[in-house]
Amino acid sequence: MAQVMLKALNKKYDEVHAVKDVNLHIRDKEFIVLVGPSGCGKSTTLRMVAGLEEITAGEIHIGDRLVNDLPPKDRDIAMVFQNYALYPHMTVYDNMAFGLKMRKFPKPEIEKRVKDAAEILGIQELLKRKPRQLSGGQRQRVAVGRAIVRHPQVFLFDEPLSNLDAKLRVQMRVELKKLHDRLETTAIYVTHDQVEAMTLGDRVVVMKDGWIQQVGEPLELYGQPTNKFVAGFIGSPAMNFVDVGINEANGSVVAEAQGLRLTVPPGRAGGLRPYKGQQVSLGVRPEDVHVATAADPAHLAFDANVEVVEPLGSEILLDVRVGRATIVARVEPSVRVKVHEGVRLAVNGDRLHFFDAKTEQAI
Amino acid sequence: MIIERRWKKWVYFYIPLTLFVIGTLFPFYWMFVTAIRPDAELYRSWRAVNNAPFWTLAPTLDHFRDLLNKTTFPQWLWNTFFIAVVSTIISLFCGLLAGYALARLKFPMAGTLGTSIFVTYLVPPTLLFIPLADIIRNFQLGNTPWALILTYPTFLIPFCTWLLMGYFKTIPKELEECARIDGATRFGAMVRIIFPIAVPGILSAGIFAFTLSWNEFIYALVFLSSPEKKTVPVGVVSELIRGDIYFWGQLMAGALLGSIPVAVVYSFFVEYYVTGLTGSVKG
Repeated sequence: MAQVMLKALNKKYDEVHAVKDVNLHIRDKEFIVLVGPSGCGKSTTLRMVAGLEEITAGEIHIGDRLVNDLPPKDRDIAMVFQNYALYPHMTVYDNMAFGLKMRKFPKPEIEKRVKDAAEILGIQELLKRKPRQLSGGQRQRVAVGRAIVRHPQVFLFDEPLSNLDAKLRVQMRVELKKLHDRLETTAIYVTHDQVEAMTLGDRVVVMKDGWIQQVGEPLELYGQPTNKFVAGFIGSPAMNFVDVGINEANGSVVAEAQGLRLTVPPGRAGGLRPYKGQQVSLGVRPEDVHVATAADPAHLAFDANVEVVEPLGSEILLDVRVGRATIVARVEPSVRVKVHEGVRLAVNGDRLHFFDAKTEQAI
Repeated sequence: MIIERRWKKWVYFYIPLTLFVIGTLFPFYWMFVTAIRPDAELYRSWRAVNNAPFWTLAPTLDHFRDLLNKTTFPQWLWNTFFIAVVSTIISLFCGLLAGYALARLKFPMAGTLGTSIFVTYLVPPTLLFIPLADIIRNFQLGNTPWALILTYPTFLIPFCTWLLMGYFKTIPKELEECARIDGATRFGAMVRIIFPIAVPGILSAGIFAFTLSWNEFIYALVFLSSPEKKTVPVGVVSELIRGDIYFWGQLMAGALLGSIPVAVVYSFFVEYYVTGLTGSVKG
């Protein structure tokens, strides 16, 4: 158990600058998730922590040791790979025992640890089998088991659930979370799936093009994204963006687009005043758009034309057109609307997000 | 429909396959028949009344007896075996390390080095034996097995390197990364994880190298001169063809005995051999 510090971490391949000035303090026992689209540098960062990639510049500390020049075997970490990387010529038992044998643990100790880990993961009956005789989910468990028998200071997960089918993925996600609560080992988890990131992470690091975009607890990322990328990446369906012009009318700030005229609540107006006469990007999450009722103030409502209705049972997703923009609204399942009909919608004024059109930073 | 399919299967599959099998196996059959045919039948005119060129009515083992007693054939067999085994071991060892390095390690000019190793394989032995003969003479290795043991790797190492490099590339690199995190050094991961997984590839490379050196002709012909030092392919040809006299029976008996070890090696490892050429582990 240890904290992990990344200081001004950089990785350059010949032409590509894959990781740029990453600074991150991962606390002891924390489960931290690196998330981002492919090629954002998340896996490279993880592999540098593991010692599988050389560090171009910067420092990595595990516990109180600087590990930049330590080979992987001396970093006291364990890693679970996307393709599980089980040794095909060894039995499950030997796979799990390999790390302990390499570290010259006495035989009884190895046996005890493997048995314990197998029990935690429910794979006691599989110990004598070879990896090729296992299903995807079982291989996944063995790979996790091989990591936990070592009692390492840090767990590294490189998209461990990506090769599983959707149902199994949800199940393993829950198990990984339980496992972390039980073992309380610091974990760094890489994924491109924002749902995994939100559900597993104590804190989530969103990356893009080698830069860290935002670090925060899941709900913090969801509620207060610092830029348009994070806002659009976190949440499903994704946040709606509409280009709006900022104007002032009767002392209040108004965001306008074709077919849309919203009065910004006074609390949010201050930051937008400097943008008067300019275009900004308005972001609103699908669940913050609802069918307007009498209780909704007129200055937060607008008329839209329904293009697609997607009933999901617990909710309905409406794809509607407002002027030139398309917006997704997540509404109650009781709402009855038909395609090509008009519908009056309203937004939750406190939950509007505005982003600078050029820098894409939150206003 | 079914009838039509069966008809097509015959035309496109069974008949061509039968012709192919006959074409491939006939020389071996001819070799076998000639080896057990008495001399009287062998040298009979084709127009003789009772000529039966495709089989024999009086099989004999005389040719084998003569081959083993009157020539140094057993010695040739041993020479060939010794040379083939030692040069295969040398080539496999170098090929393993070079193939691993080219497949896995990042170092400058790795690609160029890989290509140039392959290019050396393309230089025909008919050109290469001239400079090699000079080297052999300078080191006074002529007419010793070492002349061949040291020259065969010139084509065996590139071959093994490329075959093994291709095989190593099919093994997911996460396996050894995982081993390195688990506590192995790079070398340890190579020996404990990669080599055991690569056994089919290593066996194929070994079999191929063994066969190539077993059958090699031109270097053996050039570098060895005393009859008792020769290998099977050269010995049979040079000692059993005297001027324009062909000792067909003994020639074919020698060819038959000489091809048995190769056939045995192949059939023994055929399953490994196929997986070695088609790729490695799944999952």
